[in-house]
Amino acid sequence: MKAQELIRSLEAEQMKSDLPILHVGDTVRVGVKIREGDKERTQPYEGVIIAKGSAGVTANITVRRVFQNVGVERVFLMHSPRIESIKVLRRGRVRRAKLYYLRDRVGKATRLKQRFDRPL
Amino acid sequence: MAVGILGTKLGMTQVFDETGLAVPVTVIQAGPCPITQIKTRSTDGYTAVQIGFGETRVKSLSKPELGHLAKSSSVPLRHLTEMRQYLPSEDYSVYELGQEIKADIFEAGQVVDVTGTSIGKGFAGYQKRHNFARGPMSHGSKNHRAPGSTGAGTTPGRVYPGKRMAGRLGGTQVTIKKLIVVRVDVERNLILIKGAVPGKPGALVQIMPAKKVGR
Repeated sequence: MKAQELIRSLEAEQMKSDLPILHVGDTVRVGVKIREGDKERTQPYEGVIIAKGSAGVTANITVRRVFQNVGVERVFLMHSPRIESIKVLRRGRVRRAKLYYLRDRVGKATRLKQRFDRPL
Repeated sequence: MAVGILGTKLGMTQVFDETGLAVPVTVIQAGPCPITQIKTRSTDGYTAVQIGFGETRVKSLSKPELGHLAKSSSVPLRHLTEMRQYLPSEDYSVYELGQEIKADIFEAGQVVDVTGTSIGKGFAGYQKRHNFARGPMSHGSKNHRAPGSTGAGTTPGRVYPGKRMAGRLGGTQVTIKKLIVVRVDVERNLILIKGAVPGKPGALVQIMPAKKVGR
């Protein structure tokens, strides 16, 4: 096998097969496993995907939400075992691959049009 | 220096550890390396084993090289390296001629040193090669990437040897010490090492058990 094939096969062992198809502009709910002492629990994080990055096992999404008037952006490695689930709540219609313009907007201006041609 | 292994750097990726953290790793195709010569104190004055790596064609080796390899009845090999015994505590009597050294000499969690040839950067200036400070870029300054003073004046009247200046950077042998083995795949001869190793993908690297420095 060639070098790239070998590396891809190593990555394939760790990749999840049950991930939903995600697009930029979608509203998602991400279940994040967190550890408190010995206990493990899942914390949901909800927001809009404003960027997708990388491919293979390093594929990641940037999810933005405004919480108590403070913008919060978290980057999730989609194939990480710390991510328990990703659920698509709403498909958004956008014309950019990166929605960084949402950072400069507040309130009503941050709304995205919903699209219905993609299944949830 | 115990016996290590030779390999080819394949590239980098990341793996998740048991806590779910992403660990950056370099994938190295290591071995199998046949032992092509055993040097003993009585015959050579010191103890060492010579291992080979990288199967090649008969055509690309010279007759003396093929004759040397015929002694251990091994396939034509591109690279030969000697691994010398430094500590008397290391037991080199277990190695036999023709025996194959495989990736299983290492285990996950082991600390290793990786030697390779660094990426050549060509003719590089003071900032890139020696981390000199840069001059101000504005406020009328014309001193941007200049070297500054190279020494005193009439006495000594020359620049001392070893003065750091611009020149060729990279393309030299580099050893990265104390890297951690993340995983060993014996079937596919793969070793995953945390962090970066010298050279580009396809480069020859040598993995050794970490050398203890100091106490």
